[in-house]
Amino acid sequence: MAELLQHLVNGLVLGGTYALLGIGLTLIFGLMNVVNFAHGEFYTLGAYATFAALGLAGANFFAAVLAAIACGAVLGALCEQALLRPLRAESIDTTMLVMIGVWIAMQNAELLIWGGVAKSIPHPFPTAPLVLGPVSIAPLRAFVLVLAAGLIVMAYLAIHRTRLGTAMRATFQDRDTAALMGVRIHRMHTVTFAFGSGLAAAAGALLGPVFLAYPSMGDLASLKAFSVVILGGLGNLPGATLGGLLLGIAEELGAGYISSGYRDAVGFVIIILVLLLRPAGLFTKQERIG
Amino acid sequence: MSGAGRAVLAGLALTLPFWLPNPYFLHVAIMAGIFGVLALSLNLLLGYTGQLSLGHAAFFGIGAYASALLTLRLEWSFWLALPAAVALAALAGWLIGRLALKLRGAYFVLVTISFAGVVALVSVNWMELTNGPLGLPGVPAPTLGPWSLRGKPAYYYLVLAAVLLASLVCRRLVHSRIGRAFVALRENEPLAESVGVDVTHYLVLAAVVSAAMAGLAGSLYAHYTRFVSPEVFLFSYTVTMVIMVVAGGKGTLAGPLVGALIFTVLPEALRAVVSWQWQMLAYGVLLILLVVFLPRGIVPAIAAWRVRQAP
Repeated sequence: MAELLQHLVNGLVLGGTYALLGIGLTLIFGLMNVVNFAHGEFYTLGAYATFAALGLAGANFFAAVLAAIACGAVLGALCEQALLRPLRAESIDTTMLVMIGVWIAMQNAELLIWGGVAKSIPHPFPTAPLVLGPVSIAPLRAFVLVLAAGLIVMAYLAIHRTRLGTAMRATFQDRDTAALMGVRIHRMHTVTFAFGSGLAAAAGALLGPVFLAYPSMGDLASLKAFSVVILGGLGNLPGATLGGLLLGIAEELGAGYISSGYRDAVGFVIIILVLLLRPAGLFTKQERIG
Repeated sequence: MSGAGRAVLAGLALTLPFWLPNPYFLHVAIMAGIFGVLALSLNLLLGYTGQLSLGHAAFFGIGAYASALLTLRLEWSFWLALPAAVALAALAGWLIGRLALKLRGAYFVLVTISFAGVVALVSVNWMELTNGPLGLPGVPAPTLGPWSLRGKPAYYYLVLAAVLLASLVCRRLVHSRIGRAFVALRENEPLAESVGVDVTHYLVLAAVVSAAMAGLAGSLYAHYTRFVSPEVFLFSYTVTMVIMVVAGGKGTLAGPLVGALIFTVLPEALRAVVSWQWQMLAYGVLLILLVVFLPRGIVPAIAAWRVRQAP
């Protein structure tokens, strides 16, 4: 029982960051209809930007995490303006190929800058775990869970409770009507992409210190983000949150009770099963259209 | 291409080991051939039916592992292991086709990636069968009667035969009713369906033939490098195939081969100048530029240019 509880706690920490990744991608893939295979690279960027801010600028850990999120958002905005804006009239397959190009280019740029050896990101938390009854949790992991939860709530409020969020949702529901109401369509595309990329960078900045930073870490992150989005249903923020937590816990249980070698297979199997059996996602009632 | 041009090209390909006896250049030619088969295979799905498979390295890897295991563990002859590897890859293609081809676009892509991910994890973790990350060394070179095909010139002809076979299969398929059904599905699926094209049947057929060809390339690769490890499932193989097809011209018969030749020779030529990481970075940038500026690929661009030049 204690073991199960421990797995659940570890799964929640992992799942919180998966939820961040998933919310970011559900905005870009679900709302903007861009099959963003570079999403995981923004996650990698978040981890490396934290590492660079700590190492080069000697910044405070919390400032470094914020800088990494900003870095992801800015690069996301640039990427949208330079590459996606000219291709807005093109098919979803064309932008998908472009984003595959961005993925390869970013990953190898990271490899060139930081090398292939995994980097450990220093953090100021004590290593002695906090023991809460039957479970123990490292202070860093507790911080990750709290900050992830905070960011998820902020993202939800930003999208559902602010004028900007309303304009964002309006843009992708009915572009022409939104434009007639005075919404600046192009700017909304950029903002949404930057928002999603910033959340991916946040996930990387949070998980980087827990694990290690290495150039190909984004590959699995992309796929996990896609499985979270598919689990939760396209463009569904609460769905993505639940999907992320579910994936984190499922992975942790799979690694604990089946085999740690197949931990990453859980996400793949989820993608395949959900797409085949319940393609609209687990948490949506109506069928997906198109 | 004119008949004379075609004859010259065929002559050059057939006599290559005689005027290019350098083993390094022959190695590049062999790899270009193996990638040529892979690019033709991906093109069948991406170019003709319009479905992008980002899990194609899985079929390549299944072919390589099947062929290596059958010759190593069961001591089958290469000539039995090769068709068995092709059949096994085709079976995997059928499975994925049956399961995934009711999905389209991004969803199909995701299922193919996930499938490749699962297969790669199995190859790493199923130690008893695959020897895990250590791989399978000592895959035997094929023999033909009393001769071993271990030498590069002999293997070159084997690969050349495979390229010809794959092109022939593609040509026959594309110029038949089946090929027209593929293109009809790519261009307008509801319309094709309304005139009686059985969508699932044709898409599964494309997936099976495509996977079989990738399996053929995998088997040839295993017996050429004589070593198979989970690296055959590397995503960079799939990326290379996609770039070859998109650059050469998807939905053309010559495009994938032109793409395979360029993107095997070019990295080798650039190897002395820039490191491998810079090359992969350049691949990414190149893919973006190609999609934006030359969306239809090199072969259609040359064909269009020739039409304009003609009086």
